[in-house]
Amino acid sequence: MAWLMAIGQPLLFILIAPLLTGWIKFVKCRLQNRKAPSLLQPYRDLRKLWVKETILPETASWIFSAAPVIVFAAILLAAAIVPLVAVNLPTARIADVFVMVGFFALARTFLVLAGMDIGTAFGGMGASREMTISSMAEPAMLMVVFTLAMSAQTTNLSLAMQYVLDSGLVLRPSFVFALAALMLVAIAETGRIPIDNPATHLELTMIHEAMILEYSGRSLALMEWASQIKLMLYGVLIANMFFPWHIATDFSLEALAEGLLAIVLKLAALSVLLAFSETLLAKMRIFRVQEFLSFAYLLSVLGMLSHIILEVYYG
Amino acid sequence: MVNSLSVYQQAVMLMAALITLTSFLMLGQSRLLRLVGVFAVQGLLLSASTALVAYSMALPHLYISAALSLVIKGLLIPAMLFRLIMRMNLHREMDTVEHPARVIIGGASLVVFSYYVCLPIVKLSTLITLNTISVSLAVVLLGMLLMITRRHAVAQVVGFMSIENGLFFAAVVSTLGMPMVVELGIAFDVLVAAVIFGVFFFQIRSSIDSLDVDRLSQLSEVEE
Repeated sequence: MAWLMAIGQPLLFILIAPLLTGWIKFVKCRLQNRKAPSLLQPYRDLRKLWVKETILPETASWIFSAAPVIVFAAILLAAAIVPLVAVNLPTARIADVFVMVGFFALARTFLVLAGMDIGTAFGGMGASREMTISSMAEPAMLMVVFTLAMSAQTTNLSLAMQYVLDSGLVLRPSFVFALAALMLVAIAETGRIPIDNPATHLELTMIHEAMILEYSGRSLALMEWASQIKLMLYGVLIANMFFPWHIATDFSLEALAEGLLAIVLKLAALSVLLAFSETLLAKMRIFRVQEFLSFAYLLSVLGMLSHIILEVYYG
Repeated sequence: MVNSLSVYQQAVMLMAALITLTSFLMLGQSRLLRLVGVFAVQGLLLSASTALVAYSMALPHLYISAALSLVIKGLLIPAMLFRLIMRMNLHREMDTVEHPARVIIGGASLVVFSYYVCLPIVKLSTLITLNTISVSLAVVLLGMLLMITRRHAVAQVVGFMSIENGLFFAAVVSTLGMPMVVELGIAFDVLVAAVIFGVFFFQIRSSIDSLDVDRLSQLSEVEE
């Protein structure tokens, strides 16, 4: 049963991720007084791309055609580690949060290689920007992980969630800072406004879109699906790490149903927050991204310091 | 661990952490109006945490200090600084921080330093909120850092005021408030200081035609 759950959970990620993207778009449209597309539109887009012919550029090497599969697989493996509806997964016991960050890095490496492989100007530009941003986002992400690990005394996501669940409602200053920092990192890593705008192909400002510009057909579908799953992964990480209530702790059907309902509601609420911030903020100049990310780093450092100063010495 | 504390004490801890955050925000803020805004938020947080301590420790006289800091540090002084900035047409002026990353790293190491300094004191006492004393020392040091790194007179005054905030916070959380006479005296001193600073701003500006106090160190008007 446990292994069945471990396999079923990544499948759930694959199934729900386009719906989440559709929901964010829906909320955003309503906030901006526009008519929203159907919630199922991302599924239709993926199906359309899936049946279309894949065209490879003349200059493409094997990296270009292998990259979508590798990126998708790496993100999917990362998704297998993060508890979605239930803790105590066997996969979560094998790999901890560092492995997850490692899978993200693997996916990013191949995305960047594919961007540079075809030798167009846009691909190289997007690749260089992606690497710049991730080199600043990753330290902040790891500091957040360290802060959580110091409280829960484990780097295992499943055990850490169990710890937060067991200790009930506790106001920890370090968690408040870590939450804020992780949200900023998530925005930067998943390429949302104000760092990158996923909705446009405006030449000079795009980052993620610049790298996948030459993809078509099935490869493009895989790339887009992977980035949708990545967005959902960060949402689940934030929701289950800091507010793990009602997640299933055993594998009975009722508990699983409750866990599924809880995570869906949490993700829906988080995406409303994301849609609000995307409506209120304008996209940043690329040179101001380092200010944004150094603020995220500052928050995570303060989280760690406040854990040491304010939370530890009580005997 | 933090789990063993009551909710109010946890909230005081959270307030302490947020006050440190506002100090850091001030360090990185280059627009004067926003700087004053963050300073006002710090005053409000200070007042809220004083009220929390008053409630959780059942010390009614702290409510008076909470009200005092709410009115003076949260509303009155920021409003005065705000009016000054508007009257002197400074609201578009930027006081750019040179090397913001270095300043922030310096600030973080000041927090570590103040923790290291306060560790022996914390170990001596049984008062559980005493950990916050290192936070308040950090706020004092960060205020000094703000004064050192800025050239604009208004920013330096905000730094000075936030030093006073740190001292006040230390008094509230470690000794559960100073005697009322001292507290009233300090509150009105700060208020008077704000008025006098306002007069000084006009003086400085009429003599060197700017509020950039670095130019006070030049002896002659002639550029070399």
